[in-house]
Amino acid sequence: MNELPKWAEVVLVPLMSLLLAAVLSGLVILAIGESPLGAFQLMVQGALGSTYGWGYTLYYATNFIFTGLAVAVAFHARLFNIGGEGQAILGGLGVAFVCLYIPWPHWSLAIVGATIGAALFGAAWAFLPALLQAKRGSHIVITTIMFNFMAAALLNYLLIGLLKPAGSMDTATAKFPPATHLPSFQDMFSTADNIMFRGAPANVSFFVAIMACIAVWILLWHTRLGYEIRAFGHAESAAKYAGISPTKIIMISMMISGALAGMMAINNVMGEAERLILGSVEGAGFIGIAVALMGRNHPIGIFIAAILFGFLYQGGAELALWTAIPRELIVVIQALVILFTGALDNMVRMPLKKLFRLFRRTEPAGV
Amino acid sequence: MTNPAPALELIGICKAFGPVQANKNISIRVMPGTIHGIIGENGAGKSTLMSILYGFYKADAGEIYVAGRKTLIPDSQAAISAGIGMVFQHFKLVENFTVLENLILGAEDGFMLGKSISKARRLLKSLSEDYGLDVDPDAKIEDIGVGMRQRVEILKALYRQADILILDEPTGTLTPAEADQLFRILGRLKDEGKTIVLITHKLREIMDVTDTVSVMRAGEMAATVKTSEVSPPELAEIMVGRKVLLSVVKEPATPGPKMLEVRDLKVVDNYGVERLKGATFDVRAGEILGIAGVAGNGQSELLEALAGYRKATGSVKYKGNNVDLSGVVSNAMGRRTDGIAHVPEDRQSEGLIMDFMAWENIALGYHLDPEYRNGMLIDNGAIREDTNQKMDRFDVRPQASQLEVKNFSGGNQQKIVLAREIERNPDLLLIGQPTRGVDIGAIEFIHKQIVALRDQGKAILLVSVELDEILSLSDRIAVMFDGRIMGERDPKETDEGELGLMMAGMTRGAA
Repeated sequence: MNELPKWAEVVLVPLMSLLLAAVLSGLVILAIGESPLGAFQLMVQGALGSTYGWGYTLYYATNFIFTGLAVAVAFHARLFNIGGEGQAILGGLGVAFVCLYIPWPHWSLAIVGATIGAALFGAAWAFLPALLQAKRGSHIVITTIMFNFMAAALLNYLLIGLLKPAGSMDTATAKFPPATHLPSFQDMFSTADNIMFRGAPANVSFFVAIMACIAVWILLWHTRLGYEIRAFGHAESAAKYAGISPTKIIMISMMISGALAGMMAINNVMGEAERLILGSVEGAGFIGIAVALMGRNHPIGIFIAAILFGFLYQGGAELALWTAIPRELIVVIQALVILFTGALDNMVRMPLKKLFRLFRRTEPAGV
Repeated sequence: MTNPAPALELIGICKAFGPVQANKNISIRVMPGTIHGIIGENGAGKSTLMSILYGFYKADAGEIYVAGRKTLIPDSQAAISAGIGMVFQHFKLVENFTVLENLILGAEDGFMLGKSISKARRLLKSLSEDYGLDVDPDAKIEDIGVGMRQRVEILKALYRQADILILDEPTGTLTPAEADQLFRILGRLKDEGKTIVLITHKLREIMDVTDTVSVMRAGEMAATVKTSEVSPPELAEIMVGRKVLLSVVKEPATPGPKMLEVRDLKVVDNYGVERLKGATFDVRAGEILGIAGVAGNGQSELLEALAGYRKATGSVKYKGNNVDLSGVVSNAMGRRTDGIAHVPEDRQSEGLIMDFMAWENIALGYHLDPEYRNGMLIDNGAIREDTNQKMDRFDVRPQASQLEVKNFSGGNQQKIVLAREIERNPDLLLIGQPTRGVDIGAIEFIHKQIVALRDQGKAILLVSVELDEILSLSDRIAVMFDGRIMGERDPKETDEGELGLMMAGMTRGAA
């Protein structure tokens, strides 16, 4: 029974959970002998206090939007895609091929090509796990985790051999040609006398991420395919009754999911590194799970959650830089955020429900 | 007996959910050693009242007295220690535990199980003897039938020393024979001095077994009467608030050409078991063929195969053309466009998506319909509009297309499914258990719709485990047993006795 008003469900519950996570994080910081308030200030200052900070926060957020959407689309079909990491690695490979081997005249065309390449490679990496799930019932969680390791190994193999420029000591591809360099926020928003986002990696792919949010929203709630995905996710037997093929939905939703995870590469590979390096995904595939969880698998929620996690990433880096607080503590804070917003959700919801019931009783009935 | 204190007394119970007043000033008095029926339509507030009694909800106002003592019931533990036992409609048993293990679950004494189990075994034996509740203590729940499971639930309550036993819609999933057995057990329990509260919406059960009956309507207690002093039509009238037709009124059928020809249809399930062993029958336009049988004798597989999403062998002709029996799921979609509608047996897991809103469910299976399309997109506005009209015509209450289906009562959920399928004006309607878990007012309505469809010259294949329903609706009756059609009968020339025998695999005289 859902007794909470919608605004409380959507706004109040996550906010309270965040607050609890913040308080607990503060205690941990206190325990290692630092000032929680100072640390918090430093995080806000470092992540949101300047266009430079925002440039990093939004860069991370862009990654998380893509991987969060990827998890959400699969989740609406009740598939738990843990393979965002691997699919994003493959997406990077797709971007590298598109950028290195096709002579693009201008970045605006290159980004379209790269997006398609990233999506195709990401989707292809989700194809086999999806097929195994649909045809053999092999659990998607297990297979996608295995495919993460295979993706990492494949990239290793390619970067120390085939894709490495001759004579280079670096496990990376050659630099992409200048025509494929995406405009950064600095290029886009600075004026002659006021340089904004100086040196920050946020780039035009942030807007692609926003478009992806809108596209996913349309897909899930305004297309027949989205209807079929959600129907299958809610009740497989009812979907079968309706004539919706489970195989088709598993394949399609997993490949859309893989494509979205792969598309992250236009941000980190094409936009930031401008070449393909080892380990460039940096766990964003896994953060996507937390982002989708916190964002209630809705594009708007995912957008907000991605920015929050972008803030935690960037703020955490600042903390590590300026204080004796180790970087690992940021992982602790992230874990607390995930714990409270995801797993311990009901801990906040139950008392809130009681509170609302109390208020309601004092109101006249029949309103 | 000089007027003893009531075993259970509720005074002025009120409970509201938001603006909905589920229980309004309910008072009820249950005398010890009686069977007290509580009857009312779905949504009348019966379940809310029982949930309050069992500590799931807290009443906004009112008092509860158990055996004359004022009792607070904040949780189910308190209910148990007050001597109240509950048998739910959906059993709460651990499937892969034995009967004994389920019995002691939550009532183990001590860390080591051995002692509890041997004690439980002794107690179970004496309970079984006292009340005629035979069960095999070492059988696993997953291996025993529905009737047995219910006995385990009753034993669980008795094991916890319940004096007052509340049964919520206990016969919903039982065969007629199992229901009779249950009522015999309840009689035994009553004779041994237990007090029984029986919640149901079936008039016949109330008339057969209760001493006193309380009727609830729209959250209020409409009346409490001695069962012997009231007739079924009177009860139905109090329940619904208007006169109800308890039998179906219909003209004789005028069967037309063969709409569906089924020949030697066989279905093998995923475990390799042959569920349907060669069914052969016809359904003509303008008639209702009723398939009677105890649940699990191949009726579900028959419906699914005809509806297109289960693989079958044999041959099926629809309007004279062969039908694809390969069981490819997308066949189910094709059947719909050919004019075959299907109301599945289990609306909660197949017919509806409980988390979807009413309008989303109206599109289920028809979501590719061009009427619901707007270019590349699905036209949610058109579906909602269509839903409003359909809900209006089928009198679905509340008429809220944006409400999630799980918040509707069983009868209204079924009306949503029927509205979706019947309003499409199908030539053949496959309909399974049309009134399972549906209240009297809605049953009358649903039966009328089915007969009206027949009178328009449509073919109807009705599968039901309710013999009454089969007898009153069908123009011809086929009985299924063990995956086979045991024979066809004319409803005017047969009776429950003969059909009951056929349902058990026996035929009177020559087959």
